[in-house]
Amino acid sequence: MAGEQTMVTAKNVTKYYGLLRAVDDISFELHKGEVLGFLGPNGAGKTTTMKMLTCYLAPSAGSILIKGYDVADDPVKVRSLIGYLPENAPLYPDMTVMGFLRFCAEVRGINGRDRDLRVVRTAEQCGIGDRMRDPIAVLSKGLRQRVGLAQAILPDPEILILDEPTSGLDPNQIVEIRNIVRELGKTKTVILSTHILSEVELTCQRAIIVNQGKIVADSTLDDLRSHLSGARRSYLLALKEGASGSEAERRAAIKALAGVGDVKTIDRGFGEPTTYAITASGDDDLRTPLFKLALEKSWELIELSRELPTLEQVFVRLTQEAVPGVKGN
Amino acid sequence: MRTTWVIAKREFAAYFGSPLAYVVTFFFLLGLGAFFFFGGLYQDVGAPFYFAKVVSVSNLFNASHLLFLFLIPALTMRLLAEERRSGTLELLTTLPVRDIEVVLGKFLAAFGYLLIVLLLTGVYPIYVSTLGDLDWGAVIAGYLGLALVGFGYLAIGVFASSVTQHQVVAFVVALFIALPFFLLHKVSFLFGSGTGNVLEFLAFRQHFDSIARGVLDTGDIIYFLGVAAIFIFLAHRLLAGRRWR
Repeated sequence: MAGEQTMVTAKNVTKYYGLLRAVDDISFELHKGEVLGFLGPNGAGKTTTMKMLTCYLAPSAGSILIKGYDVADDPVKVRSLIGYLPENAPLYPDMTVMGFLRFCAEVRGINGRDRDLRVVRTAEQCGIGDRMRDPIAVLSKGLRQRVGLAQAILPDPEILILDEPTSGLDPNQIVEIRNIVRELGKTKTVILSTHILSEVELTCQRAIIVNQGKIVADSTLDDLRSHLSGARRSYLLALKEGASGSEAERRAAIKALAGVGDVKTIDRGFGEPTTYAITASGDDDLRTPLFKLALEKSWELIELSRELPTLEQVFVRLTQEAVPGVKGN
Repeated sequence: MRTTWVIAKREFAAYFGSPLAYVVTFFFLLGLGAFFFFGGLYQDVGAPFYFAKVVSVSNLFNASHLLFLFLIPALTMRLLAEERRSGTLELLTTLPVRDIEVVLGKFLAAFGYLLIVLLLTGVYPIYVSTLGDLDWGAVIAGYLGLALVGFGYLAIGVFASSVTQHQVVAFVVALFIALPFFLLHKVSFLFGSGTGNVLEFLAFRQHFDSIARGVLDTGDIIYFLGVAAIFIFLAHRLLAGRRWR
């Protein structure tokens, strides 16, 4: 894309805590306007990476550039470009929401009328406009998270780094925070760390999956899903009771179709019709052949669907089976 | 510099939102009153006001110096330790601020609060001046000395607070670092005159006394500023050191 600017460049970044290698030789780039999901199980090195990007921790080896500024040489400049929501949104409990946001604005050099204008506008945007006079100590976890988010977007930063923005929230709050993040993603470069897959699916275009400190996948969500789809794409075929032929005959008929790898009968429980799980052997779409087969045998079709592997399956596979060489880029 | 001021302002305001500051201020003033009127067990404080029958507040300053040992660690113990414990340190230090600005801001806030406490002790000289002809020059010199002593102890307290994430540990560490500065001149007689002089020089007492007497020696002022600078520097090193842990 023309004019695409590199906002974050991490090169061979490694971080040791004593002897523990928390982050192991991570490299990635992030361009302007991208929304990146930083995904991994707990303890994979997500938070450590976020802390290094914001110069809270220094890498043991490797380099990180934020919009061309090195985190080791220009930490203050780097931080001025970044809005950061640390894990668990640590805030000063004795301050009011208003006081806290004003403080954050002033530290960033936003003063006077502009300060209050921005504070109020940002608070409205994050849905805490009516809690400005409350001490942070009395706010619920969800509201605190929003105050943390407000603090991060207050200076209108070019890069937003959000570390587990929805952890510990109830489903409604999660949806609200996600909506805010998605809205922000339209105009900003965002890095979102999480271990919740649906969050990445709903808000990000690109995901980096880390496991044990290493990047195990880095690609767009679509690529990531389809990466494993070839061999694993599967179909569900449900037939009404009383279809012609025996169970085994039907299975054999399906299996005889070109492109079908394996057929299993699955029991989906009470009241559900006989269902066949069909695994494709190739990349061809099997829905039409299956439909034609049903027609030919006059089976009453109840359901025919193709299942794409969910990100969940990709994630489990990548983080547990340690597939070598699965890298999008 | 601007950022230092913003941080100092926030921290200063935080003192008035915390019961701890009120409690320690209360006990400081209570102790000071007791020492002032009735004297104490500690000989350095000097004769109690009613006993001495002298129009002077010098024992007020001596008692303050003693009580600083407890007041100041209590005022500083929270500063960095609590930020570390609650995780707000991450929030604060990932804003566009330098670590030294964080340390200096905290230090200045504590100094500001100490000045408020000293202001409250102003009732004593005002009271004494109604009883006779008080030498206001000596009062001002005494307060200047106290402010400088406070500078030293506050820096020690800020350093102690950067060592740990537990406020109580920070208090104890500050107290134990401050004690030698408070006491060294008392043990100087145990050593030869060479070492003894060094110990007397290291203790706050001699410098404080000369300022309180109205002798404004730059050496004494530089001494206090130097002690403060060393501990501020150490606190900064410890704070910055988190990045490589």
